[in-house]
Parts: sequence; C-alpha cells; structure tokens
Amino acid sequence: MTNEELKTSIPTLLASAVIEDGSDFLTINVEATDWLSFAQQLRNDASLQFNFLFCLTCVDWKTHLTMVYHLRSTIHRHELVVKAKLDRTNPEIETVSHIWRTAEFHEREVYEMFGVKFLNHPDLRLLILPDGWEGKKPMLKDFEDPINMIRL
Amino acid sequence: MFEEVGTTTEGDLIINVGPQHPATHGVLHLVITLNGETIKNVEPHLGYIHRSIEKMCESLTYRQFIYVTSRMDYLSAHINNHACAMCVEKGMQIEIPARAQVIRVLMDELTRIASHELWWGAMAMDLGAFTPFFHAFRERESINDIMEETCGARLTMNYMVPGGVMHDLHPNFQKRVKDFIQLYKSKIHEYDEMVTGNIIFQNRMKGVGIISPEDVLSYGCTGPVARGSGVSSDVRKLYPYEIYDKLQFDEVLETGCDSFARYMVRIREMQQSIRIIEQLIDNIPEGDFQAKTKAVLKLPKGEFYTKAETARGELGVYIVSEGGTTPYRIKFRSPGFSNLSALNHLVKGGKIGDLIAAMGTLDLVIPDIDR
Repeated sequence: MTNEELKTSIPTLLASAVIEDGSDFLTINVEATDWLSFAQQLRNDASLQFNFLFCLTCVDWKTHLTMVYHLRSTIHRHELVVKAKLDRTNPEIETVSHIWRTAEFHEREVYEMFGVKFLNHPDLRLLILPDGWEGKKPMLKDFEDPINMIRL
Repeated sequence: MFEEVGTTTEGDLIINVGPQHPATHGVLHLVITLNGETIKNVEPHLGYIHRSIEKMCESLTYRQFIYVTSRMDYLSAHINNHACAMCVEKGMQIEIPARAQVIRVLMDELTRIASHELWWGAMAMDLGAFTPFFHAFRERESINDIMEETCGARLTMNYMVPGGVMHDLHPNFQKRVKDFIQLYKSKIHEYDEMVTGNIIFQNRMKGVGIISPEDVLSYGCTGPVARGSGVSSDVRKLYPYEIYDKLQFDEVLETGCDSFARYMVRIREMQQSIRIIEQLIDNIPEGDFQAKTKAVLKLPKGEFYTKAETARGELGVYIVSEGGTTPYRIKFRSPGFSNLSALNHLVKGGKIGDLIAAMGTLDLVIPDIDR
C-alpha cells in the first residue's frame, strides 16, 4: 500500500488515531492504552501485515516521553511509524514483545535508559547498565553524573 | 506464549562464557543454563563496553557525531559513516556529486569484504582451526593498506562527511584495488578447500542454529542472518541508496536456515562485492568529491531516518532535530543488537559445542550491540 492508501485505511482500525504529517514515513499518534490492540491489528490485518518491527525507541521531550515504533511489512513493502505519548513521572505502556520478539531486548533497553515500564514484559531487567543502577535513567535529558559523564 | 526464562531445576549447571572469551569477539558475557550437554537457556549480558554513544551525540554537532559512529561497528566504519552522512544530507537536502557517490560505494564494498574476511577467519578459529585466520588476514591486509593510503586509518576510518567524502582518492587507489581483485581471485579457492568443503566444518555447521523465516522477521534479524533463512533483506536492493540501483549484483539468498547457510551467504556476498568493485573501478567520474556545505550544519526541525546495509545487516539512523546545530535525539538501530536477541532461540535445545558455531555465524561485533 502507498502512504495515501494507508492514510485512509488506518483510521478505520482505530478511530482515535491521529495522523501526523511532515516525515517521509506515515506517522500515527495513538493513546498508550490503545497501543496493544492497535499493534495486534497492524500485525494481523491481511492488507497491512506489519511483520517487522525494525526500530523501537523513546524520546524525552522534558514534559513527556514519546515511544516511537518503526514498522515495516516485508510482504506489502510499506512502512509506518506509530508514536505514543507517555506521562514522564510514571511512564507505562503495554509490551509488544509477544507480537514482535525483537521488542523483548529493545524494550529492556528503553526501560533502563528512560524508565518506561512495559506492562506484561516477560523479563524486564537491566540489559546494558551494571547492577545497582536502578533508579537512574541515563538517557533522560536531566540526567547528571559528574564522575562518569564527559562533556564535549 | 513465552518459553520460561531462566528457570533452573536441580542438577542444572550454570556456566559463564566470557566476558573475555576469544569466541565472544569482544566483551560479551553469556550465562548458560545446561542440563548435561543440552542448553536450556542462554542469557546475554551486555554493557561491558557501553559508551553511551547516543547520549554523547546529543552534544555533538552534525559533523562531529559521525566520528563517534566509526567506533560503533569498527569493522564497518565506512558504512556507519555513510548511513549517518546520508541522514544529515536528507535533512539538509544536499545533493552529493557523482564522484563522491562512486567513491562511497567502492569504500563500502571494500569494507564489506574486509569485514567478511575477518569474520571468516575468526569463525574458523572459533571452531578450532587456526590457519584460516592467517589466510583471511593476508587478504584483509591489502584492503587495510588501500584504506590507509586514502583515509589515513586502518580500522576506524572517518572518511565520509555530509556532502561527500573528506578528500580525494590517493593516486595509487585504482591500481591497488585492481591488484587486490587479482589477489582475491587467486586465493578464493583456498577458502573453499580449507573450510567450505571440509567435512568436519560441514558437520559442525549443518543443521545447527536453525531459525525459520518467520522467526527471523519477528526477532528483527537482518543481513546475512536473515538471508541465510531465505528472507530478502538487502537494503541495497530493496531501498537503494547512492548508485546501487544502477549496479549489477545479486542479493545472495540461501534457504538452509542453519549456520552453514549463513556461512555460504557471506562467502558468496564477498564475490558480489568484488563484482560491484569491478564495475566501478575503471569508471570513477571526474569532478568534485564534496558538495559545498556550510561549516556548521543546521538540520530543520523534524525527524529523519536512513538505513544502509552494513556487513552485519541494516543499520538505521534516526535523528530527531529541533532545528539546532546538534541533534535532539539520535537512535542507532544497530543490526548486531537484533541479531543477538535471537541467540537464545538459535541454540536452545542444542548442545553446548554448537553454541560457538551458531554464535560465530551471527558475526557479532560487540561495540555495535553496546553502542
């Protein structure tokens, strides 16, 4: 499907989805609570079949966090970006690691770097940071570590 | 839905492989739960060389951050630089000259051969053969010499900049590349004689570390790992950049889904890279090697994503810009990170001896995973 066709078919799946312009990917904003069911539809709908989650990350906007999911269908050759806005003090979103297994590692990385809690994740522990780092979120904009951080 | 993770019962043996183990190709730490010789679970521990490159990039300008990325996947330094430079060019809408495009592709393909050579030697060494390592290094050395002349470095090259390449090719470049092609063609049969056709290697690799095409996609594997399972994933073919759509080369696909299939993909991919270099080496267009750009680059507000095919798979660069001279947020979608996440799936239920063979064919470069 082309971006234009996706643009017309996506709102039929989720009425509250907001389409954002200005990027070469079609970008959809969803509520964090809608994400899990929406993700399942994106994966399983015969005309969409987004079977490849190629990038999963988070952006700290100081007022809130945004989860960013880059999806691709290797069958239909179309791509999509889904964003979900999260509360900064208590960021929570459902895991999608049972839909795309790659999310298992990527969500653990986001969990330790941004503190996003992925609900129902099978193994939400630190992956990269050493033990004893709990509580400190290095990728947040206000993170300071005068000993280990080098300012260039 | 999920296999049970990390459950141990009485009689299980937990062993640690790494962090400083020759077969972990850097500093990877694997905690392996064994029942007899059978692997129940493999849990990778990362972070031993984590340098928070993504965080550092937030305080570096668009010219500076490219230097850091050579240190990520140091065996594919050129291609890392290339992906980042393309992302900045996309944001700035810079057209790069034809000469720079050809130079970039030449450097990328030489890098790919050098990386696969090292993988081939290290893989054979993981399985207990030492001689192939020296043979691989002999050929790789010629590529390093070529790189040293033009780029000034043998490992962490910083040659590609937004707008083109940093400076022109060394006058010896064409001759040395042609010499290298001759050398390579006279030696490639040795690889098959020593390793590919060897019955011990075949027995250790065939049927080991099987991953189905569906799982490849679910785990987000790319590069030779995906193509070994018959999943078409070559960014150069699917989403061509630079001049790749004008070149004659095949996407290498194998359907074995096992370690041997991944091995064969890389062997055949080197030959395709030679084919690309042969098409270009006598046809490097004259002209500028760099487009005119401002000294300090400012990306417009927005989000930019580019991808390139490194020796290990798809490297994605995601830049979130707020309009300043430094990126607001950068994410590197590194191929090794996703490939490693499939390791447990690859080896679970197999024998401990097969772990090293399966891990070797993932071609892990740890700084690429840790960033």
